[in-house]
Amino acid sequence: MIKFDRVTKRYADGTVAVDDLSLEVPTGEITVFVGPSGCGKTTSLRMINRMIDATEGQILLDGVDVKTIDPPTLRRGIGYVIQQAGLFPHRKIVDNVATVPYLLGWDRKKARDRAMELLERVGLDLKMADRYPFQLSGGQQQRVGVARALAADPPVLLMDEPFSAVDPIVRTSLQEELLRLQAELNKTIVFVTHDIDEAIKLGDRVAVLRVGGRLAQLADPPTLLARPADDFVREFLGRDRGIRRLSFVSDEGLRLRADLTVSVSADVSTVRGADESWLAVVDGENRPLGWASVKDLPETGTLADVRLAPYGTFVRGRDSLRGALDAALLSPSGSAIAVDEEGRAEGVATREALDEALGKVAGGVGA
Amino acid sequence: MVAGKGGRVNWLIDFFGNPDNWSGPDGIPVRLLEHLEFSGLSLLLAMLIALPLGLWIGHTGKGALFAILSANAARALPTLGLLVLIVLLMGVGTIVPVLIPLVALAVPPILVNTYEGLRGVDPDLRDAAYGMGLRGSEVLGRVLVPVALPLILLGLRIAAIQVVSTATVAAYVGLGGLGRFIVDGLATKDFPRTIGGAVLVALLALIVQLGFALVQRVMVSPGVSQRQTIR
Repeated sequence: MIKFDRVTKRYADGTVAVDDLSLEVPTGEITVFVGPSGCGKTTSLRMINRMIDATEGQILLDGVDVKTIDPPTLRRGIGYVIQQAGLFPHRKIVDNVATVPYLLGWDRKKARDRAMELLERVGLDLKMADRYPFQLSGGQQQRVGVARALAADPPVLLMDEPFSAVDPIVRTSLQEELLRLQAELNKTIVFVTHDIDEAIKLGDRVAVLRVGGRLAQLADPPTLLARPADDFVREFLGRDRGIRRLSFVSDEGLRLRADLTVSVSADVSTVRGADESWLAVVDGENRPLGWASVKDLPETGTLADVRLAPYGTFVRGRDSLRGALDAALLSPSGSAIAVDEEGRAEGVATREALDEALGKVAGGVGA
Repeated sequence: MVAGKGGRVNWLIDFFGNPDNWSGPDGIPVRLLEHLEFSGLSLLLAMLIALPLGLWIGHTGKGALFAILSANAARALPTLGLLVLIVLLMGVGTIVPVLIPLVALAVPPILVNTYEGLRGVDPDLRDAAYGMGLRGSEVLGRVLVPVALPLILLGLRIAAIQVVSTATVAAYVGLGGLGRFIVDGLATKDFPRTIGGAVLVALLALIVQLGFALVQRVMVSPGVSQRQTIR
């Protein structure tokens, strides 16, 4: 655990970058520091590994004041990832990753083996190992940066806007990669970003800092979205808070109806009398094909002869209520088709079912 | 004297073709060795002064203004004037009077390029190096110097070429080196001798240039020079 105990950073000219910050970063979780520029988030991060020393207060790393540890020794035990990756251009990728193991005096073979293992782990082709940083794309370099930070297996990882210099598609894949890695490694991660969406996506807990280096709110993302502490946090969270909050609500509570799906080979006469205006048509393997409008059915034939309307699906148990709602809005029926991991229909979440689930969420805000 | 192209080529043949010019204390081999001695010693001394100073200033950022100002002042010194002054003060007899102006000539490019080379290293890289837990000296030796090496070598190359070319002035104060051929040739109107000396100096400068290109190729990481190593 990392504990900030009344930490202040004041520069010689009187500027206060961090003001009386007290918070705890729990072991094995991702804690995100987020806020506008000038809020002291990067300064706070850099005080942990003593790239900057606090003016007042203490930062305790598993109970030990970091100021009592010689900075290079401290830093070798903490992974550090920065925005532009900061790879050493004169060293091959494998040697970049092995930087800290080399410093710690591991033998060359062991350090390189470890580096190769990590390159694989962060999803890089091992052909990259013998290349130089300039031969890699920005996203690949950032993966190497993460591998390098993990090389000596430090319990703590500091990440300073690591994904903000890459394009949105690469950023999304790096974020997902980080969550996947974290599920395996359970590091104590402090992650700095100015992007609230990134904070909400990655953080187990999010610390919102305001200009002048004061903590505005520290909470898990659903709580932050549901109950921002004040106007500053509310404004910083931006629009669509309610909708975004649905991302954290599981779809498990959503009632499904299995009687609304019908096989494409069924004869129109068997469904004509149905008491519904839309039916979800599925193929022989139970995969959704589209919606059939009951009142527009032809006189004869099977459902294969019917022109089907577009549909949306969500993966039951994996997507959130937001995913289900999104799927419903993509269908003329206003209902969402629930599928399993293989894409086979499990049932239909009707407007009534969605309404019921949303009602529960809205009720939860007041609590 | 025959003017025209053929005449000048004949001068070179006269000079280089004459066996007397290849032996004895005034022969090409001896003069070449003397020249290399002046140049090599000057360059070595200049490196001993300028490299540590440039590394220290570039790494710590301290004394940069002082170093740049004095380097520029040193650049403005007229080498020949300085040489004559030192000879007047110290007399001739040793090679020291010729070393001082040559060292003064070689220090500025080495110092300035070393300092600028280190200063030009991406601050993110420095930050990452410290953040990984490298100590100050490790940051310098393992990161800054390898990355700044092309510029450091450039400074050394400029210094070496200037020194090799300028070491001819030793002859003006009665010392040896390839300058002897030029000075003596001019004094006796023996133009083949002058031209021959000049060609030798030019060749030497060219060899130095090629030598540095080779050193650069061997010492600078392909990752820094961005040579493609893998297709």
